[in-house]
Amino acid sequence: MTGPVDIHAYLAEFEDIPGTRVYTAARARKGYHLNQFAMSLMKTENRERWKAGERAYLDQWPLTEDQKAAVLARDYNRMLDLGGNIYFLSKIFSTDGIPFAEACSTMTDMTFPEYRQMMLDGGRSPEGNRSIKGGY
Amino acid sequence: MARITAGVGSSHVPLLGVAVDQGKTGDDYFGPIFVGYEWTKKWEAEQKPDVIVLVYNDHASAFDANIIPTFAIGCGERYKPADEGWGPRPVPDVEGAPDLAWHIAQSLILDEFDMTIINEMDVDHGLTVPLSMMFGTPDAWPARVIPLAVNVVTYPVPSGNRCWALGEAIARAVESFPEDLNVQIWGTGGMSHQLQGPRAGLLNREWDNRFMDLLEQDNDAVRHIPHIEYLRETGSEGIEMVMWLIMRGALGSRVKTLHRHYHIPCSNTAIGHLVLEPA
Repeated sequence: MTGPVDIHAYLAEFEDIPGTRVYTAARARKGYHLNQFAMSLMKTENRERWKAGERAYLDQWPLTEDQKAAVLARDYNRMLDLGGNIYFLSKIFSTDGIPFAEACSTMTDMTFPEYRQMMLDGGRSPEGNRSIKGGY
Repeated sequence: MARITAGVGSSHVPLLGVAVDQGKTGDDYFGPIFVGYEWTKKWEAEQKPDVIVLVYNDHASAFDANIIPTFAIGCGERYKPADEGWGPRPVPDVEGAPDLAWHIAQSLILDEFDMTIINEMDVDHGLTVPLSMMFGTPDAWPARVIPLAVNVVTYPVPSGNRCWALGEAIARAVESFPEDLNVQIWGTGGMSHQLQGPRAGLLNREWDNRFMDLLEQDNDAVRHIPHIEYLRETGSEGIEMVMWLIMRGALGSRVKTLHRHYHIPCSNTAIGHLVLEPA
């Protein structure tokens, strides 16, 4: 990538990757408050307030109802769709005491033991997982 | 004069920090990872670098979604390990190298790299895990550190080409610093991994090793790999590998490989490690 890039073509290619939400500016904008809410859980006193009442804590943030429902359901794929970024969302599952790999497994069609075994066996193959349109 | 004597590439998976902090580095799971760093620990003890320019990314620790610097350089006196949600790592504070850091910052801006300057911040696993991998568990880190944080989270992240050029500019800046200092540059992150979505868990041993092959070669073809290739081939978080290009760009056109290590898996991630010196 040297020299000027066609931004439309650059961004369009990101939508061609199977099972992946690239954290683009559009997603960052949509998910700004969702990510800032998640970031707030870095502080002990906020974690305590969050654990004491999740819904009440969420209501203090300008999130959409969709975003709040996804957080309460711990639906990480939905949170990604609504502009969440995994490094910010990790504050939620860390507060829940769930390891990163287990949280990742909830976004796949596998159980955590199945996912862990896949990683021990060498991880998910890129074969067939690179391009939706190209199917390679 | 200050000089860059070597470059180190390494993954910075947070679980490696947990393994160090809980004394599990020799067990069946972590042993095969840590054994590949034994050579480097001995070598670092002999090399005794004065300063490490440590290229890494912050993982929603020091920076939130509000301010997103593409390239940020730490010019502070010292940095504390960040509380990433389960308390800070029990590792020493990181001592900065403000004189050299400010010199590099000024030189880079004059060289048309518009850096963000950070005076105070906490540093997360992206920075402290590589220190643990290379130096073990000392009471104080044996080298001062200049944190160089790169945005590899919010797109567009910097191109590989720009990262390589930044490395070249860092080398020029270091060489114009009058104090006699042994400086290393470390590029961290990667290798293949995807932490999100139904494709989570993607690893690509073949691509990762080809990438390390390219870093060892006497040409700069690797700087032209586009973002989409990292994304398709190495997972959404594999893009961290552009940070290795800052390290490689700082070493000049020809390099000698001193050590290389690769292991799958560590949690969700492929571990890669490379030690190079200018040839």
